[in-house]
Amino acid sequence: MSTIPVRLRVNGVDHELEAEPRLLLVHALRDELGLTGTHVGCDTSNCGACTVHLDGKPVKSCTVLAVQAEDVEITTIEGMAGSNGELHPIQEAFWNDHGLQCGYCTPGMIMAAAGLLAENPNPTEDEVRHGLEGNLCRCTGYHNIVKAVLDAAKIKGPTVGVES
Amino acid sequence: MIPAEFDYVAPDTLDDAIAALKGGGDDAKLLAGGHSLLPLMKLRLAAPTLLVDLRKVPGLEGISRDNGGWRIGAMTRHADLEHAPELGVLSAAAGTIADPQVRNRGTIGGSLAHGDPASDLPAVLLIADGSVTVRGPGGERSIAAGDLFQDYLETAVGADEVITSVQATGLDEYGFGYQKFNRRSEDWAMVGVAAVVKRVDNVIEDVRVGLTNMGNVPLRATAVEEALRGAPPTPEAIAAAAENAAEGTDPPADLNASAEYKRHLARVLTRRALTEAAGLS
Amino acid sequence: MSEDIGEGGVASEISEIAAEQGEAHGAPSQSNHVGQALRRKEDPRLITGRGRYVDDITLPGTLWAALVRSPEAHAKIVSIDASAANDGPGVHAVFTGEDLTDLAGPLPMAWVPPGVEVNNPPHWPLARGTVNHVGDPVAVVLGEDRYAVVDAAEKVVVEYDPLPAVTDPEKALEGAPFVHEELGTNKVHEWSLPGGDIEAGFAEADVIVERRVVNHRTAGAPIEPRGVLADYRAGELTLWTATQVPHFVRLFLSILLGISEEKVRVIAPEVGGGFGSKLQVYGEEVLACWCSRKLERPVKWIETRTENMATAHQGRDQIATVRMGAKRDGKITAWHVKILADFGAYNMLLTPLIPSLGAFVMGGCYAIPNVQTDIIGVFTNKCPTDAIRGAGRPEATHMVEVTLDQLAAELELSPIEIRRRNFIATDAFPAAVATGVVYDSGDYEKTLDRLLEHVDLDAFRSQQEALRSEGVYRGIGFSTYTEICGLAPSRITGPDGVGVQAGGWESAMVRVHNTGAVTAYTGTSGHGQGHETAFAQIVADRVGVDPEIVEVIHGDTGTGPEGRNTYGSRSLAVGGEALARCANRIADKAKAVVAHNLEAAPEDIELADGKFSVRGSPDKGMTLAEVAGAAYLNMVPEGMDPGLEETTFHDPDNFVFPFGAHACVVDVDPETGKARVVRYVAVDDCGNAINPLIIDGQVHGGIVHAIGQALYERVAYDEDGQLVTGTFVDYALPTAAELPSFETDRTVTPSPVNSLGAKGVGEAGTIAASPAVTNAVIDALRPLGVNYINMPLTPMRVWEEIQSANRGVPA
Repeated sequence: MSTIPVRLRVNGVDHELEAEPRLLLVHALRDELGLTGTHVGCDTSNCGACTVHLDGKPVKSCTVLAVQAEDVEITTIEGMAGSNGELHPIQEAFWNDHGLQCGYCTPGMIMAAAGLLAENPNPTEDEVRHGLEGNLCRCTGYHNIVKAVLDAAKIKGPTVGVES
Repeated sequence: MIPAEFDYVAPDTLDDAIAALKGGGDDAKLLAGGHSLLPLMKLRLAAPTLLVDLRKVPGLEGISRDNGGWRIGAMTRHADLEHAPELGVLSAAAGTIADPQVRNRGTIGGSLAHGDPASDLPAVLLIADGSVTVRGPGGERSIAAGDLFQDYLETAVGADEVITSVQATGLDEYGFGYQKFNRRSEDWAMVGVAAVVKRVDNVIEDVRVGLTNMGNVPLRATAVEEALRGAPPTPEAIAAAAENAAEGTDPPADLNASAEYKRHLARVLTRRALTEAAGLS
Repeated sequence: MSEDIGEGGVASEISEIAAEQGEAHGAPSQSNHVGQALRRKEDPRLITGRGRYVDDITLPGTLWAALVRSPEAHAKIVSIDASAANDGPGVHAVFTGEDLTDLAGPLPMAWVPPGVEVNNPPHWPLARGTVNHVGDPVAVVLGEDRYAVVDAAEKVVVEYDPLPAVTDPEKALEGAPFVHEELGTNKVHEWSLPGGDIEAGFAEADVIVERRVVNHRTAGAPIEPRGVLADYRAGELTLWTATQVPHFVRLFLSILLGISEEKVRVIAPEVGGGFGSKLQVYGEEVLACWCSRKLERPVKWIETRTENMATAHQGRDQIATVRMGAKRDGKITAWHVKILADFGAYNMLLTPLIPSLGAFVMGGCYAIPNVQTDIIGVFTNKCPTDAIRGAGRPEATHMVEVTLDQLAAELELSPIEIRRRNFIATDAFPAAVATGVVYDSGDYEKTLDRLLEHVDLDAFRSQQEALRSEGVYRGIGFSTYTEICGLAPSRITGPDGVGVQAGGWESAMVRVHNTGAVTAYTGTSGHGQGHETAFAQIVADRVGVDPEIVEVIHGDTGTGPEGRNTYGSRSLAVGGEALARCANRIADKAKAVVAHNLEAAPEDIELADGKFSVRGSPDKGMTLAEVAGAAYLNMVPEGMDPGLEETTFHDPDNFVFPFGAHACVVDVDPETGKARVVRYVAVDDCGNAINPLIIDGQVHGGIVHAIGQALYERVAYDEDGQLVTGTFVDYALPTAAELPSFETDRTVTPSPVNSLGAKGVGEAGTIAASPAVTNAVIDALRPLGVNYINMPLTPMRVWEEIQSANRGVPA
């Protein structure tokens, strides 16, 4: 089992790991860096629970090797709230609109929604639904998730999104 | 699920990448976006011993005009194609691939090199009279789309060759339609049909139809094209021509679609894609 | 943070709207918080990535476990060679079924109905001698590294001698091959629930409709797979597990491992959904604990989705032959259902009980004098089935609601009219029905009327016709349902009744701290249902504090009293009621303490505006904090114990029976067969609302679970017993892109069974929706000659039915 050095910049903080090349980004975040807000729900890039941002764009961290994420800015759910604990508008909207139940898909949903709103600040309901097609939720039936994303867009208008 | 062990290099130049690939032998694989390869490796359906990552190789990304056609860097992401509507049918098809996260990682070169007849881009490349430029230890060559896809997950790209760019004709004077049928929008195509139509003086001067997931390789629906070339762009002519869409196909059956159903879908989707492409919808 | 969405923003708007609705619906008015759409207390940690699920917990020295699972559907294990695996980096041990001989017994099946013979072959955490379905565990590899144990598990060489497999339950019932050779049959059991005189009922009928109704196999598919972390040290065992039932798991760990129960602690931390699939005592839970004891190290196993699809228990898989007889005017005289239930390879905790749960409400919300359900359970070489959201009741509701529409068509009655003609009358409640249970309360006309306020059926019919000329085949389907939940009344469900080997009560403990802050313990074990919020609302109002300072603790056998956990929409109606009663006791004691300290009579103390005050002198009183201060200083009446803490066990007299009326509108593409839900309206009645926001959320999720079953999801095995739908690529959970937003409304018919007047709502949507979708698809297809179709309504199946109808072939 040979390892290589892997440098990751996560939520603005630099980390250096010694890792096997096969280490998946999601496991690097969870098991090596203790950022357990990013979840694993499937093996096949379907469920989106592991969604994080690479340079501001949502990707599925179960299908990215940790080493592939060198030299980019990684943002996880833990990096979404402000440093003073102020919630991101999308987090706030998920809370207000009951956009979560068991909470397992939620970090991935919020990261996918942030990517969607960064690209399309005023989406229609249909655009939100398609924008979230890479994220599965078994609890909510998506109704309140879609509502939360639309509400977050309404509240913050075109400036919503993640700074990267 | 996690991949089996492998060694990893991320060369800084194309030549180094080719050398690493050659040095790694048959069990070395190129890594682009990783969205075809890594899922297979996680399920342990693939277990390369060396991955040669192209992420540091310069010059493999971007979309540019080239002799009236398009030159697209092999590492260009599906999302970039999706957001380049000037690419026409290629952009439309790229926008239907899986989901936004996958489109942010997956690349055109990786998708074509994987050679999956169920993916969206191969059939589009066929009707765009496209080609790929590959570099190997012996230098550079071009492979026409028609020669690229050899069999299920098998392409003409050599084990030590790298797709560096993709060329497609402009199709600027063509209308287009892309019809993808699946159960969920994030799914692979059960059947997909890409169509482009060039109308001149109320005659269909040229028409091309590509079929996704109707055989071991992406196919051209030549019988449809022949039936329609020179015909008037009417719903009746299109409907009649589309009836030939399944001719010469050998679609694989699966849980959700028998071969017969896929042939039926090919006919329906061909009619719809052509209707769109001919501006009749 | 934007000012727009601060505390006063969207949430309070929602609260206001909900409060208005609540008033209109006659919600309880004595309280400040019950009935309000409060934002959930759980959410701040979950939306910031600070929730703690099993895989988020790490102990020093943890060994990882990976399971070697059978690729064969049915085979003898000839040999297992673990030598190469044992040599893997960091590998500590490999164990097989032969190593686990010190278990006190096989995995539990807890349904022993009086007078019913149930074949129950032993089911071990690791297979012994034979494997009986794909995914059956054969060996476990333990090692230091999460990745290396997976590699090592691949190196365990198992030689199998394949046996013939059976996957079709109807073939399985006919004879060999047998899943369990020693039984000489695949039949598990037979069970009947006769009500009235079924033959006499059919003799009276003018019309009889017969159908074959298939409720195909589906998966629970919570987005968090299963997972365990077992830590045995110094004679004490702690297990963190993604479960709905920590108390049941503790009991069986104690029994099977021979560890005294007080030394076993089971914790359900944050659990990422269950949907019944985590209502189980799983082999992996027992195995991890066994390994931890054996190796004296913590042991962690986290399930992959691929494992989950093959081995977490599945649901439905019932084929029913149904007959419905009616008079010419539509009055149903007899309803006979024969169910063949596919149990897969083993009985799990409640497997053979599941179809019986549906039998109790087989009559739906209709006054049918003669109702009979006959059930046969059968083994096949597939993953076992057990409770999945609704557990028997979605199947039963599907049978009755789809068949009712078939009858309506036969009699040329509208689906609305046939329902009205058969509804149990509003003045008949509590209503004893033919299946032997007593429906607690209901007003079926009212929910249907409310539904039709949202859905203009005449307008729909003209729109439907207009669309058809454009090639869009639109259909509408209805479902008026009732269900049985609040699983408890021990006298009915327990050993002397239906035969579940457990009491159905629930516990509560309320502790008021010195400062007046409150910790409330419940024996339920929430995993997304919002117990921490709804239960805090219930307690807060009864003791005069804000829900913010009521902390609800659940899912830990090491704290609070014994519990019976969360399933069968029981948490609120049984556990919430237990907490309400417990909080009332706190209030009673508080009143006595206040009376003592203010020199008033206890009966003159009332709770108002957060204060226990003397009636008529509102400024003379004590807050709960002051009461607690006094109680812990022993300033209490003579003979009363100091402190402010109470424990309650509550076993209700009856189930609760939520009900409702749903309408689904679908568009079917007649060329491709693809159906899509374009509108869904749900009017539910779950009695008094505790938190309307949570109710709506439960309804939404429930509906999609059933839309999933009707249109998208299906667990499929091929003839050889290979699982075809082993990942989320093939097992198609619907995404947001496939669905519309929903329209929900409620009527309020309080339950007389509990003081809250509340009924469960966690399964209602799932129980209601699949027939609404199916009836809608049939309604859309009738002009094409398709008058009946079974789920799953996949594009190919719908297309094939259309083709058959075109060719004049009966479907």
